[in-house]
Amino acid sequence: MKLSLRIWRQSDAQAEGKMVSYEIDEVSEDASFLEMLDVLNERLIGEGEDPVAFDHDCREGICGACSLVIDGQPHGPQAATTTCQLHMRKFKDGDSIDIEPWRAGAFPVIKDLVVDRSAFDRIIQAGGYISAPTGTAPDAHAVPIPKQDADAAFSAAACIGCGACVAACPNGSGMLFMGAKVTHLGLMPQGQPERATRVLGMVAAHDEAGFGGCTNTGECAAACPKEIGLDVIGKLNRDFRKAAIRAA
Amino acid sequence: MSTDLQHRPAARPDKRPKAPLAPWRSNIGLKIAMAVSGILMILFIIAHMAGNLHIFEGRESMNDYAHGLRTLGEPLLPHESILWILRIGLIASIAVHIWSGLVLSRRAHHARPVRYAHRHKNRGESRGAYGVMRWGGIVIFLFVVWHLLDLTWRTVNPVKEVPDAYGAVVATFSPERWPVTVFYLLALTALGFHLRHGIWSAVQTIAGPTTKWRKRTQATALAVALIIVLGFAIVPLSVTFGLVK
Amino acid sequence: MSTDFYREGEPVADTKAPAGPISERWEQRRFSGRLVNPANRRKLRVIVVGTGLAGASAAATLGELGYRVANYCFQDSSRRAHSIAAQGGINAAKNYRNDGDSVHRLFYDTVKGGDFRSRESNVHRLAEVSTEIIDQCVAQGVPFAREYGGLLDNRSFGGAQVSRTFYARGQTGQQLLLGAYQALQRQVAAGTVDLHTRHEMLELVIVEGKARGIVVRDLVTGEISTELADAVVLATGGYGNVYFLSTNAMGCNVTAGWRAHRKGAYFANPCYTQIHPTCIPQSGEHQSKLTLMSESLRNDGRVWVPKQKGDDRHPADIPEDERDYYLERRYPAFGNLVPRDIASRAAKVVCDEGHGVGPGGLGVYLDFAAAIDRLGKKAVEAKYGNLFDMYERITGENPYERPMRIYPAVHYTMGGLWVDYDLSSNIPGLFVAGEANFSDHGANRLGASALMQGLSDGYFVLPNTISDYLADGPFDALDESHEDVVAARQAVDDRINFFLNNDGDRTVDSFHRELGKIMWEYCGMERTDEGLRKAIGLIRGLKDEFYRRVKVTGKNEQLNQELEKAGRVADFLELGELMCIDALHRTESCGGHFRAESQTEDGEAKRDDEHFSYVAAWEFGEDAPVLHKEALEFEYVKPTQRSYK
Repeated sequence: MKLSLRIWRQSDAQAEGKMVSYEIDEVSEDASFLEMLDVLNERLIGEGEDPVAFDHDCREGICGACSLVIDGQPHGPQAATTTCQLHMRKFKDGDSIDIEPWRAGAFPVIKDLVVDRSAFDRIIQAGGYISAPTGTAPDAHAVPIPKQDADAAFSAAACIGCGACVAACPNGSGMLFMGAKVTHLGLMPQGQPERATRVLGMVAAHDEAGFGGCTNTGECAAACPKEIGLDVIGKLNRDFRKAAIRAA
Repeated sequence: MSTDLQHRPAARPDKRPKAPLAPWRSNIGLKIAMAVSGILMILFIIAHMAGNLHIFEGRESMNDYAHGLRTLGEPLLPHESILWILRIGLIASIAVHIWSGLVLSRRAHHARPVRYAHRHKNRGESRGAYGVMRWGGIVIFLFVVWHLLDLTWRTVNPVKEVPDAYGAVVATFSPERWPVTVFYLLALTALGFHLRHGIWSAVQTIAGPTTKWRKRTQATALAVALIIVLGFAIVPLSVTFGLVK
Repeated sequence: MSTDFYREGEPVADTKAPAGPISERWEQRRFSGRLVNPANRRKLRVIVVGTGLAGASAAATLGELGYRVANYCFQDSSRRAHSIAAQGGINAAKNYRNDGDSVHRLFYDTVKGGDFRSRESNVHRLAEVSTEIIDQCVAQGVPFAREYGGLLDNRSFGGAQVSRTFYARGQTGQQLLLGAYQALQRQVAAGTVDLHTRHEMLELVIVEGKARGIVVRDLVTGEISTELADAVVLATGGYGNVYFLSTNAMGCNVTAGWRAHRKGAYFANPCYTQIHPTCIPQSGEHQSKLTLMSESLRNDGRVWVPKQKGDDRHPADIPEDERDYYLERRYPAFGNLVPRDIASRAAKVVCDEGHGVGPGGLGVYLDFAAAIDRLGKKAVEAKYGNLFDMYERITGENPYERPMRIYPAVHYTMGGLWVDYDLSSNIPGLFVAGEANFSDHGANRLGASALMQGLSDGYFVLPNTISDYLADGPFDALDESHEDVVAARQAVDDRINFFLNNDGDRTVDSFHRELGKIMWEYCGMERTDEGLRKAIGLIRGLKDEFYRRVKVTGKNEQLNQELEKAGRVADFLELGELMCIDALHRTESCGGHFRAESQTEDGEAKRDDEHFSYVAAWEFGEDAPVLHKEALEFEYVKPTQRSYK
């Protein structure tokens, strides 16, 4: 198949960027979206041009590195699918496709389609963990956890930290990401002692990193490749309210 | 190692909090303030709507109701004291609601400084919320200003005698002043959408329901918004179409 | 034996494992190893390269202990290390099922599964520590699968006859890594760990015979800098990407390990590669990586090919009696659950005979029709729904209606830098953990053992053994003007400048792809003397061409992904040659290393314990590598021919 691409090109963090058009032929419909970009890059290098920089690693939808906004949708048009798992059979011969980086104040562009998502790590540093120094653990069966809690915790913990929620949010908010972690740890008995400090710390780090607030439009959940729902934001709000009142 | 990304000052949004914010000034804190003030206003609006329906009982009943609001609590309390308490509460709610909205909007603007070149239609559960809350909120605010000039202070109303609430309503929505009715209905529509999202959003912010209860909240919000819109719309429509004279 | 490709040097031995009963050795070693006073730990700096299960858990634990840790990863966040992609589970000898499991059985299974090419002491320690790992992870909040009573669920995995595998749906690696990642981030916040993301280690600094630091490149700015320390830990993963197509992440590479190897660290058993039987077959030339479908699918799926060669009918139209369920036929006792190496080779055999299905005839069916009949579609969906969805996304075929097509792919490398019982390489101060070392899996790794080993090394082994070395520290203060530091840095600069200024015309990927094809063809599932010799020649030719013709665009002072790849492929080219030499010298078949010359009458791998019961530890030599043998002794598990019939 033949495609017209418009791709955001920006040589570094300080440079001005712009959308640049590329025509590409003979794309296999069995190729993944990133493999299509690999083919384009091989050609660009052959022509002595700078290839398009984009983040990617595992290419099986779990590492959370890939991060393209395809036709205005983070990770592209297929629901519950990361860019690396999106295949070209979802497009038609002759399509034109716009490819942009995640857009958010807290995720500055480093180059082309690569953004700096270290703000997510800073949110985790501010409390997204259970303090269990190595060697201090009791037997794994010491505390039974109801299956439905363990399953719900897992569903929230399935977050891959890709940042699609932020990219989709008109407010550039990281609430879904943060809510997923607060929900995961808050559902585990081991997570209770730090529950209040965790949510207060993470919310402060989130705001400090420059993420916006939540308007509950649900764009984040619609974009999430792991189908994490708005209930985690509700849980985050509730935990925050309780913790803030107790702290006041 | 000064160059690692964890500490690299990259192109950052120009305005951001300097130090960790106190919980009530965080994004969620402001959202809670917005939700609480919104809920207070909804309670007011429901009472207001119910009061309006006195108009169908005739001029006397309506005017008595209006008068009753002013003399509520007398003689134990001074004239209009309860009304002023309500008014102050209402003004405070409006102020908090607008202020938190402005701060959050400004932060959101900095959090998302660059638009996508390719605009795709929204896919979220409450996809219209962004415009409905911000632009709808501004429309509602302008309407409230006009509404006060019209029916509270009577600046733009033909009936200047304050006790004659019934007369003022009938005059402002009289058939020849149909554009007023249209404006009123438009503002009501904006309010309806604002409430449909605002009610469940407030519940989401304060209570954080599960998915099942969120869906129920959304249905309830739609119902309440419809009741409020219809309850308010019936008055000007009745006047404009001559059912109430 | 062909000694024209290498020289043989002195034998090497592990001097750290204590003698005595095997179940007391780890305790003995922890007691005999020296400790570092908590107040002195603050004065000791340890570099950890890599943030996967081994790296993150080691960095977090060393930070908790009070050492000053510098941790590096090339990904944009430490959470993205490739451990995250492990699907199946993690073994632990908890015997929660009361089905006869024990530390000794896990030890026995692992030694046997490794085809008697691993060290008994190390494997026993791994089995002992396995139970602590589960406790640790649960305490961190890892959401393992649970039963209705609230206790942890277990499953049988990878041919084990006991249920000892703990799992979190099909994303166990992700959940374990996030546990370690969170522990690491907690230490970053506490200030004990300096974490540097988007940094790649390009050289090891050795001063007076000791590993004292690394040279790193900031992948965003291109800045080259030196980090000095008292000890260096490499937890840099496996080198499966030498095959270009593998289930590894695109960024997985051997550079850190290979740079250390070039500076004197022995590389052990490089030819031991695990080829995983259940991956989605290649669909075309554009293919950049292969995707694993969890081994757990073989619990309910039946593997078959059409009996008739080149049969291109729709699988549903092929009647039962024209199907060859070859695993069930050849291995009636284990059937579809035979170990990975055996399942992979069996698939290759049927495809080589012309029974393969799909593009190029490189695929076999994994059929769930019987499971759907027996359990119902709902139950199958509950168990494997996410895997089926993934398969459909990639292939466009619906596995509920049409059997999956699978084919083996490179998945894991058992070889790695040689380490002793303390996980110390032969260079003092250089420690190696996780998949990057060679230590625990012998010639074949059992399912759900990689996660166990990574966390065992990082949480429990290394933090206990490294203190014996650090007790001699802090070592003499060094600064960046030391001649050895300057030389290491200069080497990195020179290499980068070479790539950027080379007047070439071929992309890095094109070389990598070509190397991968050579490796897969001649050093893949089946190896022969003739093929390996040919491969060595081809690789040498390709390496020459690489340095003449490789083209790298851009400059150093920017994010330059081509430059990153060029350095990695250069090292893969050298490693590929060593793998072939190792495979050539080992004329026996064992585990993942199958030499066509060494098989039984019915085509099974035939070991040669008399000549090859040793670890091949290779020393780098400019002209030819030097082989150091570490003899393997089996006191507790007597080597037998593996049989899964």
